[in-house]
Amino acid sequence: MTAISDREQLSYIAAQAADARVNVEIETEGMTLNIGPQHPATHGTLRIVAKLDGEQVIAADPIMGYMHRGYEKLAEVRTYPQVTTLINRIDWVGSFANEVPFILAAEKLMDVEAPPRAAWIRTILFEMSRIANISLFLGDMGLQVGAVTPAFFAFRDREHVLNQIEAATGGRFHPNFDRIGGLKDDLPAGWIAETKRAMKKIRNFCDEIEGLLQGNEIFEARCRGIGVIPADVGLSYGLSGANIRASGVDWDTRRDNPCGLVHNELDWKVWTHPDGDSFARFWVRLQEVRESTKMVDQLCDGLPSGPVMAKVPRIIKVPAGEAYVETENPLGVMGYYVVSKGDLTPYRVKIRSASFNNISITPWLLKGVYVPDIVTILGSLYFILGDIDR
Amino acid sequence: MTDVAILGELAYWQQTGIRVGAGLAAVLLVAGTLVYLHLFKLVSFMQSRLGPMEAGPFGSLQLLAEVGKFLQKEDIFPRKADRFVFAAAPFVVLMSTFLLVVVVPGGPDAWFINSELGIYLAMAVSSVSVIGILMAGWGSASKYSLLGGLRATGQLIAYELPLILAVMGVVIQAETMNMQGIVQAQADGEIFGWGGIGNPYILTQFVAFVIFMIAMQAELTQTPFDMPIAESELVTGYMTEYSGMRFLLFFIGEFATAGVFSAIASVLFLGGWWAPIPGLEFDDNVWNLLGPIVMVTKVVVLTFIIFWARFSLPRFREDQLQQLAWKVLIPLSLANIVVTAVLKIVF
Amino acid sequence: MSRLSSTDTPVEEEAEVVESDEAREALLAKIQTELGDAVVGSHLSAGDDLWVRVDRSAWAAAGAYLKTGLGFEYFNFLSAIDWKPSPFGRDMDAQVDLSLGHDEASEIDMAIEQGVAGGDTRFQVFARVNDIVNGLGVTLKADVPDDDLSIDSWVTVYAGANWHERECWEMYGISFEGHPGLRHIYLPAGFEGNPLRKDYPLLARRLKPWPGIVDVEQMPGDDDPADAAETTEAAE
Repeated sequence: MTAISDREQLSYIAAQAADARVNVEIETEGMTLNIGPQHPATHGTLRIVAKLDGEQVIAADPIMGYMHRGYEKLAEVRTYPQVTTLINRIDWVGSFANEVPFILAAEKLMDVEAPPRAAWIRTILFEMSRIANISLFLGDMGLQVGAVTPAFFAFRDREHVLNQIEAATGGRFHPNFDRIGGLKDDLPAGWIAETKRAMKKIRNFCDEIEGLLQGNEIFEARCRGIGVIPADVGLSYGLSGANIRASGVDWDTRRDNPCGLVHNELDWKVWTHPDGDSFARFWVRLQEVRESTKMVDQLCDGLPSGPVMAKVPRIIKVPAGEAYVETENPLGVMGYYVVSKGDLTPYRVKIRSASFNNISITPWLLKGVYVPDIVTILGSLYFILGDIDR
Repeated sequence: MTDVAILGELAYWQQTGIRVGAGLAAVLLVAGTLVYLHLFKLVSFMQSRLGPMEAGPFGSLQLLAEVGKFLQKEDIFPRKADRFVFAAAPFVVLMSTFLLVVVVPGGPDAWFINSELGIYLAMAVSSVSVIGILMAGWGSASKYSLLGGLRATGQLIAYELPLILAVMGVVIQAETMNMQGIVQAQADGEIFGWGGIGNPYILTQFVAFVIFMIAMQAELTQTPFDMPIAESELVTGYMTEYSGMRFLLFFIGEFATAGVFSAIASVLFLGGWWAPIPGLEFDDNVWNLLGPIVMVTKVVVLTFIIFWARFSLPRFREDQLQQLAWKVLIPLSLANIVVTAVLKIVF
Repeated sequence: MSRLSSTDTPVEEEAEVVESDEAREALLAKIQTELGDAVVGSHLSAGDDLWVRVDRSAWAAAGAYLKTGLGFEYFNFLSAIDWKPSPFGRDMDAQVDLSLGHDEASEIDMAIEQGVAGGDTRFQVFARVNDIVNGLGVTLKADVPDDDLSIDSWVTVYAGANWHERECWEMYGISFEGHPGLRHIYLPAGFEGNPLRKDYPLLARRLKPWPGIVDVEQMPGDDDPADAAETTEAAE
């Protein structure tokens, strides 16, 4: 009839239908809200499709994989030192900690033990990566519930720890410092004294956050009783780290199953909290940062002298076998199941990343919570996308 | 507008021109000052950084740069948006700010209107912004915006009641709703017989002042009451789909409303354009010039408190917010009215 | 100390770690008592770890017994291994190959050799659960035959197995009976193929062969070419 083409007609009809859909969706119950993948609240590209009834969630389904890099496949074609470069990038905020379990698994298969000085320095850097990671969480948790200022303090004070990591390893975020048999290099001169100063600053920061956020009534009102995870549910989902300790489970791989790290030579405490809600998770992590600073001080004081690298062949061929090593990384328990067939490259590397299990509880946990609480809960579970997606 | 303005010999169109210019200045200049002082500098210093430093000395021209940036942006309409509603929403919000500013006096003769209903008019007109926000939320045809708009509506309606009830205490004490009358009552009043600083109602109506400040924070949708624009959940709530000039209008509206509400609060509680200057008795002409300066100072002080709270505190969840309004603030303000009335009769 | 596959003999260790030894041996004995013939292989590394291989039909029963009967309440992970080597070889044309005297063409050995605790099939599903209270962990394995790539789901026993089984299905093509909804978890819906299988090519290497050890200029002060080679290999 007129000069309207078919295409225009179709798009007009589609627009009308879309309008109708919008109307219908709003009128009836069960609105579907798409949180992400680009969203300020999710630490990266995580998408949560939430079915809402008003402001309450009926069902929530996380969709991930936007950052899936296929590390398990890639690791099969890389030599062991090359794999270290890859796995740095799994949890990129506390990245030295990613290398440690893999290196320990390879050392187990090779029957090589790192010299004591290397083990101690590994533990120092391991704890420092925990401090760097969790202080980001402390500031970020405030951001999730609306307090914008603590995040700046967190970034400012993390710099001290990152500077120290950079001074020792050459990289703030991707140190790539661990080697099979020890470490790449020894510590630079003056590092120990400067690290102790940095730890003091972190302790001040913890006190500041305690007053600013933890003691704030609005923060407590937003976090107490939100996202309660009973201990048995947490265990059956495989939650780890502060998430499970905040539900009252006294389990810390550093104490119960240390492999190659020297935590059981230090005097420290495992923090748990009986409540299991978001506030408890925040509280446990705050105490853990403080505890880590004390551990680093003890480690710096008791650092033995000696070489930092054991005698390993130039070209590393790991004997055949299977080994699984897990360590208490900042985000939770991270483990590598390494299958070797006596070759230069691993045959199969199964990466057990903490955040994958931690987030697997969200469909169960988010049922019946309010929309603002989704953000609080996700913030308190604390994940890094690279850790979920590998 | 039948009363005589400050330069009464001018023609009507000249008086209107002055009034319009003064109104624009009162809203826009004040908003700009507040944006620079509080949003750029105060928050930066609180967060241990410097803020904008490049545009102009110490970043003072940053707002001009931002205005220029917004002006040259493309005017985007979401495809499903209701065009008229979407386009009109920011103007409705800004309109309520301009309607509010006409009741604020800047001096004995420097006012826009001098109505007997002063504060009552202000309270009535402040509700118009709720319509604008709802229009923005609905017209954007986006679920985030709709959620934000609905949250905002609930919140704003809930917090208007404590706002109005807090004002009632002042009205009872001043025996008038006329804004000039309230200023005069504070200027002429005495504290236990000493007239040195007049009788600013912040002293006697302290409870009302606190309730007014909290309710004002909620009316401005500032943290801790910024659920409607909860940045970490809804991006910017009802403003999500706006860009360019329309977003700038919302932005200006937010700060201008903060300034105007603070101006009303300073009239009600801090004595308005009158300041106690020891030993000197100024006549009206001097006060007409000094008054606006005094007002701006008081506005900056009150907005400092607003933005200080905004950048420090986490935000309430919607139901906690409503509980605070209905279960805490309204009973408190009702009690305040009763106490004020009793004391007024007794003393 | 060899960790090569052994089907039934536990490896004895020094006397210092006798305690863990006993705990793990007792654990193994209990599992064998409960499941009987279904336990077709095991490997105990004293003071270290325990592997148990069960028959496919007893997979769900093993999980249930571990959780309710033995107190292994913590679910760690679940995945699979493809034991058939990649037909593309090791995909490394590095100098190291030549220096070790290996030749790319002749090295692809397609023999399927399973690892610890033995095995009969190409695919094996393995899972790990922990006993938090006693500090023990056990890795369970089960063979999955090629013609019927499916196994029971653990979702009713360990709720956390849901996502791990989805990932396993997506990456290996092993379906889990009784799983509430097997769908893609990392890859887009409609993705074809199972990436972690060894015969699924790593396209990056297909398109661009591994360049090998790149000759870089030596650091000042590095005279020994051997050190230089180690540095470059370690740096990559």
